[in-house]
Amino acid sequence: MNKTIQMKMFDVIVWAVALLFAFGLLAGEAMAESKGVAAANATWKAECGSCHLAYPPQLLPASSWRQIMAGLPRHFGADASLDAASAAEIGAFLERNAGSGRRGGEAALRITETRWFLRKHDEVRPSAWNNPQVRTAANCSACHGGAERGDFDEHAVRIPR
Amino acid sequence: MQPFKSMAGVLLAGALALTGLAAVAATPAEIQKTFEAEARAGAPGFGGFSAERGRQFFDSTHGNDWSCASCHTLNPRQPGKHAKTGKEIAPMAPAANPQRFSDAAKVEKWFKRNCKDVLGRACSAQEKGDVLAYLMSLAK
Ligand code: HEC
Ligand code: HEC
Ligand code: HEC
Repeated sequence: MNKTIQMKMFDVIVWAVALLFAFGLLAGEAMAESKGVAAANATWKAECGSCHLAYPPQLLPASSWRQIMAGLPRHFGADASLDAASAAEIGAFLERNAGSGRRGGEAALRITETRWFLRKHDEVRPSAWNNPQVRTAANCSACHGGAERGDFDEHAVRIPR
Repeated sequence: MQPFKSMAGVLLAGALALTGLAAVAATPAEIQKTFEAEARAGAPGFGGFSAERGRQFFDSTHGNDWSCASCHTLNPRQPGKHAKTGKEIAPMAPAANPQRFSDAAKVEKWFKRNCKDVLGRACSAQEKGDVLAYLMSLAK
């Protein structure tokens, strides 16, 4: 075999591997997006899931996530400051998977103050929110057992008494 | 040779991402050494850390609503609960939770955040060392 042919074959193999790799990444991304609420990113899950449930990105529009990410040192009464690299990665993930339309169309900073949230929960009695096992409407997992998996189906809801 | 370069780029990026993910492992005693060095540098009369002073600091409020114990409980061998969100927090004492004080960057991140929320300022090296001395003094 002469040298240029060897080089060509090498190029072909390298390309094939690179393409497979890129395709794998794309397929993974597409699968995560088609599952909707289950979109995930390890940095987001660890950093935004330490003080409360890592709220699924679909539940707020991109503009809300941008504002939240810009104000982490004063975050709903807590210091949630992050290093710049993690903040950039999480911000991009949240905006890429943000909600739109009915759920995400409103520029609230709290999920629990959006119109769709209030409508979905208008049958929950006020006393249920104040139950010490619930504490706050933001404690989704208190009633939605599958919240950590992004499952908020109304058939799986259990209000603590 | 373009494809080779881009492949090398992909591999290099992957290797960098991996090293970035692998948190530098440490022990509570090693982390305590860095607090000690900082405390000595800051105060020539440094007289060592005290588990008892750490306990008092941990259990008391400091001008705001929360103490450390509000979320980490008065018995840090037990799981705690976030005072605002209700989310469970794993035990703080290394004897009950070997993951604690094993990652210096994580420890610094949380001291910075939680001291701000509890004291409205950063904790000194003396305060951090006292708290760690207290938590390390708790046996299973
Ligand atoms: C240091 C603790 C802490 C960290 C870390 C943290 N949060 Fe929060 N977050 C809170 C607290 C406290 C609240 C207020 C909860 C309440 O009022 O019931 C909150 C509330 C929220 C809410 C509003 C919930 C509602 O009422 O609808 C959103 C959205 C939110 N956080 C997003 C994030 C994101 C995104 C991250 C990661 C970048 C993050 N949080 C990291 C403590 C934290
Ligand atoms: C006090 C209990 C409670 C808490 C806390 C709570 N929910 Fe709910 N949620 C309910 C109940 C009950 C329903 C079902 C209402 C119905 O049957 O129509 C519901 C319905 C929903 C639905 C609609 C489900 C469907 O199948 O249509 C979504 C989405 C949802 N909740 C999201 C959330 C999120 C996100 C949080 C936290 C930010 C949260 N909930 C906190 C009790 C709760
Ligand atoms: C409002 C709730 C809250 C308060 C108050 C609080 N913490 Fe925390 N702390 C957390 C949460 C949430 C985490 C991270 C969750 C986890 O690692 O399990 C954490 C983690 C830590 C860590 C990381 C330890 C490790 O190695 O994993 C340290 C150190 C710490 N807290 C110290 C303190 C000290 C000191 C105080 C008092 C000045 C304090 N905390 C007050 C909620 C709180």
